[in-house]
Parts: sequence; structure tokens; C-alpha cells
Amino acid sequence: MNSEQTQADSTSANLSSASSSSVDHFVQQKYKHGFVTDIESETVPPGLDEDVIRWISAHKEEPEWLLEWRLEAYRLWLKMSPPDWAHLKIDPINFQAISYFSAPKSDKDRPKSLDEVDPKLLETYEKLGVPLHERARLAGVVAVDVVFDSVSVGTTFREELKKAGVIFCSFSEAVRDYPDLVKQYLGTVVPSRDNFFAALNSAVFSDGSFVFIPKGVRCPMELSTYFRINAAETGQFERTLIVAEEGAHVSYLEGCTAPMRDENQLHAAVVELVVMDDANIKYSTVQNWYPGDENGVGGIYNFVTKRGDCRGDRSRISWTQVETGSAITWKYPSCILRGESSVGEFYSVALTNNFQQADTGTKMIHMGRNSRSKIISKGISAGHGQNAYRGLVRISRNAENARNYTQCDSMLIGKNCGAHTFPYIEVSNPSAKLEHEATTSRIGEDQLFYCLQRGISEEDAVSLIVDGFCKQVFRELPMEFAVEAKALLEVSLEGAVG
Amino acid sequence: MNEKSVNMLEIKNLHATVGGKAILKGLNLNIEAGQIHAIMGPNGAGKSTLGNVIAGREGYEVTQGEVLFNGKNLLELEPEERACEGIFLAFQYPVEIPGVNNTYFLRAALNAQRKYRGEPELDSMQFLKLVREKLKILHISDDLLRRSVNEGFSGGEKKRNEIFQMAVLEPSLAILDETDSGLDIDALRLVADGVNRLRSEDRAMLVITHYQRLLDHILPDKVHVLADGKIVASGGADLALKLEEQGYTWLEQGGIQSLDVELRA
Repeated sequence: MNSEQTQADSTSANLSSASSSSVDHFVQQKYKHGFVTDIESETVPPGLDEDVIRWISAHKEEPEWLLEWRLEAYRLWLKMSPPDWAHLKIDPINFQAISYFSAPKSDKDRPKSLDEVDPKLLETYEKLGVPLHERARLAGVVAVDVVFDSVSVGTTFREELKKAGVIFCSFSEAVRDYPDLVKQYLGTVVPSRDNFFAALNSAVFSDGSFVFIPKGVRCPMELSTYFRINAAETGQFERTLIVAEEGAHVSYLEGCTAPMRDENQLHAAVVELVVMDDANIKYSTVQNWYPGDENGVGGIYNFVTKRGDCRGDRSRISWTQVETGSAITWKYPSCILRGESSVGEFYSVALTNNFQQADTGTKMIHMGRNSRSKIISKGISAGHGQNAYRGLVRISRNAENARNYTQCDSMLIGKNCGAHTFPYIEVSNPSAKLEHEATTSRIGEDQLFYCLQRGISEEDAVSLIVDGFCKQVFRELPMEFAVEAKALLEVSLEGAVG
Repeated sequence: MNEKSVNMLEIKNLHATVGGKAILKGLNLNIEAGQIHAIMGPNGAGKSTLGNVIAGREGYEVTQGEVLFNGKNLLELEPEERACEGIFLAFQYPVEIPGVNNTYFLRAALNAQRKYRGEPELDSMQFLKLVREKLKILHISDDLLRRSVNEGFSGGEKKRNEIFQMAVLEPSLAILDETDSGLDIDALRLVADGVNRLRSEDRAMLVITHYQRLLDHILPDKVHVLADGKIVASGGADLALKLEEQGYTWLEQGGIQSLDVELRA
């Protein structure tokens, strides 16, 4: 293949009304996690200027270099404008109406263990189906670093991880305890100037997770963080940095859910992964933020920059995401395949119901020889949902024998939703091998009737069919997460067809 | 004997439209438990429509008449309720459901039906035991269990999967919609053999077919000829042979009257 740049056909499919009368009737499922925990937050007044950034940095007792880094990002951000190329309809966001920091009041004397955590907080997690005590402590499988609003309030298993040499802590703690590591890697995968939201995050990021797996260490457990947005009108700006040194392995789980709220909430996270020779990071996400109500009122605006850098030879990054929440999702977990024979994978299920919009996909940047990537994307649209896959596969000049396989399937439920595919392919090395497959299907009246005729209810039939459609992605998730993901899809589509 | 009490299915003066077009125009049919009835007729006569109307498929609108199943008004029930009441439709074109395991699907179906009838649901071990028994009876290989519902199945495999589902769900009334279509003679024999094994005193079957050849293997108690939305002739198994011999054009040319006379004689 010669050097070429193609924006392959952008396909749009909107359902015609033919034979869809049995599938266009949506009964609304209220958001199950709609409640607000009554804990006083310490919040800065709305608005953003250098003083606010200084306040955040001082409040977090950060070193001078980090304040400077934030300010530099802020100055870059001032000159940037929000991206407008995505297939999303977004009302202009007033960034001066947002409060940029919020921490639970108990922040000053942070609990040393879960026993010291505010019982109300733990109760909230119980309601969300995150029984920390049972799941993490007793089961002894998953370490949970709970992010409540913007500050971590509880961490389990840190001692055990420490024995293995693994660092798993909040970002703030990492800044305090491992400043050199943070300084070495921060912003090296997603520079502040990368995009509008990455710059904003760099300026005001509140907290997040830091993971460091040293050379040759296989992390003894799956690391899990549950994110939650709580305070009203507070943007949440998470920052996650995971470094896997030579031969290190880690599986990281990120799950989210949020209470019901009328105001749109802005979320702009940045996740950076660094993977050295023979190292491996598996990053799984289940995202269930408040999607807005059935009329499209409220819901989270989710603008995320996630990127992994396969710096080492034979390094590997695998992104798996199940996106069912948020009013707007703008997210492209990507891999820079720098190392020789490095591998990047992206498995995604994105569901949009009611008036949800998603523009999501990945970028696979092949730079190393024999680098390989695989993209499996499953988009499900229901109600008035708009779901776009946007993916870039770039084969650089030096990426001899690079290979990519892309499969991108869309499913439509009802007649008012849309599915769109925007694949971008840039090839600068003739030895590249690329495969691209794409399908768009409607959840078939014939499939539904087949299930009904066997006695299966319509609701169960829809989950069954959707579950089958997503199977390739679900099987990439850790067991526990796979169950949760399946349940999430069921909740999101419960009573969807009647 | 009171005829009403033995009829499992009673169809009276059934009129139905598809997309506003009248397809069934006053159809009458009674089927007793334990019997196999065959419906034959030319293309477009309304054979498949009859099956879909009984199963309650959306888009098939009943404009007149009634359908009673074990005395119940079937037309009031949702399709899944009809299935739970014991009506099974073996599809002419079984539908593929990618990624959904055949065993999982069938267990979901059986348990939905058991729940409807107030019976305890089967756990996966109990279900697997049941399924293996049925496979054995039908001489079907168990690799069927590991595959996705009809995905990538050959025509013969799809039809055999329908019969297998029927064996597991044990319906009171099975409607076989052109089960013979697209099958070679060996596949046809296998499917027919399965159907024959599922004959029982409490089960009725309605075999819809265009060709007589299926009835060489599944011997019906009664044969009905459906033309232009009505049953125009009914008789024993020999009626099918007569039709095969003479062809459906002979019907249209008025042969039906003479046949009718013959049958009554």
C-alpha cells in the first residue's frame, strides 16, 4: 500500500419505521443510583483564573513545580477552544460557571483505613452496589481506591501491594510521597497542549490514581477504583497515571456511577499509561454516569483523554470499555505503538439511550516494527441516542510489517436513533496490513419474535440479543466486571421494548 | 361425544390481513390432541400466515373470527404467553442470534415457560441433563449446544435445531412451517424422524408444507388444502397424494368440486 490518507466512508444509518413498531416503544428506566449523599463539601466558588489554580495547588500542599505546570497548562488552555469536529450537539459550556474544586469536609484528617471512613459514605457505596467490606476486604481480591468527589478517602490492601513493590495510591499522595516518579512521567503521554480538555484537566486536576509496577513484578491483584461525582455543579477532573516497568503486569479496573442531578456536570479526565519492554497494562472501564432523564435534561458531560504509550519492545496495552452512562461521551482511548512488536487493543461497548450522545473510538499509532493492533467496537443506539465510532489507524513510515484489524458493529433499537462510523486510515509504510469490517444492524423484529415465540419476554429478549452482540467485548473484561457490565446494559435497556 | 371437548385448537371463520391485504378469508379448522394435520396449498394461499397468526406475530392482524386453544381465546394473548401456553412454531427460516449460546437461549426459554406455569426453574445441571436426553432421542450431536443460536448453521442444522427446541420445550401444539423447504432428502429424513419421535397422545401438530414429500415421512391424520385464504378441501393422507399427482393448478381448474364429491362418497 502506498502512502495514502483516507477518510473512509462515513456511514450513517437512521431507522426507517418499517416493521419497527414492536421495538420503538420505550418504557423509561429511572436512574437507579439517583441520590445525593449529604456530606458538606469544601468548594471553591465558580469560575477559573490563576488564583483558583493557586488555591487548588496550595490547598493540596503541592510543590512549586506542579503549580507552575498547572499554570502553564492554564495559559495554553486560554488560547484553545473546545473541539467541534465530533458528531455531538453540545450547548456552549460556560466554564466560568463551574466550580473547580470540591473535597469532602473530612479531607483535613483523612481516614487511615476504611474503619475511619464516614459511615454515610460507605452507605452510599453500598447503595451503589460497591460493598467495600465484602468485596474488597473480605474477598481479598480487589484493592479499592475510592474517589469520592475529588479526593481519595479510603484505600485497601496498600500494605500487601507495598510488599510486592507496587505503588497504588491517590494522585495527591503520589505527588507528596513519590514526587520524582510523578515528575518523570506526568504529561509525557498526554501533554497539556494535546487538546482543550486535557489542558483544562492539567490546570485544575483534583485527584485521581497513581500506579507504579516495578520491573518484573506481576501485580498480585486487580486494582480497582470506583469514581463518583457528588457535589452540585462541580466539574470533576481526574488524573490517572499508570507506569509498568520492564516485564511488569497489571490489570486496572475503573468503574463509575453518579447520583441524579439536573445540572449538567462536566467531567474531563486524563489517563496516561506508560509501558516498558515486555510489560502489559490491561485497563477496563465500566462507565455508568448519570445520562440525563428521558427528555435529555441533565446528565454528565464526559470529555476524556486516555492514552497509552507502548514505549518498550513487546509491550502491550489493552483498553476495554463499557460506556452506558453520561449525556455526552467524547472519548478515544489510544495506543502509541512505539516499541517493536508492541500490541495495542481496544474493545468497546457504547450504549446511547434517550437523548444520550457518544462519539467514541480509538487511535492506534503504529511506529514500531511488527506492531499490531486490534479494534473491536460495538455501538448500541436506542431511543433518540446518537452513537458514533471514530477511529484512527496510522501506520508511520518506520512501522515495518504493522498490522491492524478493525471490527466495528452498530446495533439500532427503535426508529429514532442513529449510528455513525468515521474510520480514518493513514498508511505511510507499504508493508502494512489492515483489515476493516463494519456492520450496522437493527435489532431484528424477526429476532425478537423468535425469542417471544419460545416464551421469552420482550425485555429478556432484548438483553439476550444485546448481550450476544457485545460478547466479544465482555469476554475481555475481568469476570466480576463482566457480570456488572451485563447488568448495566440490562438496566439501561430495561423495558426498552414493549 | 361432545366434539368441543376434544378439540385442542378451534379456528372459526378466521380473517386476517397482512399490511392491509386480506390473506385469510374465513378459515375453519379443528385439531384434536394427538393428531397430525397437514396444511397444503399453492404459494400465496396463506399457509405461513396461518402459522404466524396462531403464534401471534406482529403485523398479522385478525379482522374477524376466533381462535380457541384448549378453550382459551388465543387472540387475547401476547406471543410469549401463547408460547407458554404450549404453542410452538418451527420457523421456515430459523433466525440467527449471534453471540447467544444455544443452550443458554433454550434454558431461558424453558425456564420462562416453567415460570409461567408455576413450575420451578431448572438450574444449569438439571437443564443439561434434560438436554442431553433429548439429543440422544433425536440422534443429534451435542456440539449444537456450544454454538450460537443458528449462527452459521446449514439449512439442515437449523431445521434440526428447531426440532431439538421443540423436544426440549414439549409443546402441546407444534406448528411446522415448511420445515421441509431447502432440505435434501437425507436432511429431510432426519428432521421427519425427529418429528415422529415427538408424536404423542397429548400433542397435536400442524404441518404446513407445499410438497407432499414431507408427508411420506410424517404420516398425517388429516390433510387440508388451503387456497385463497380458506380451507377448500379436507381429507385423509391420500388427499396429499392426489394433490401431488394432479398439482395445484388442477385445484384452480375446478377439480376441487370433483375431489370433494370423491371424498364424500
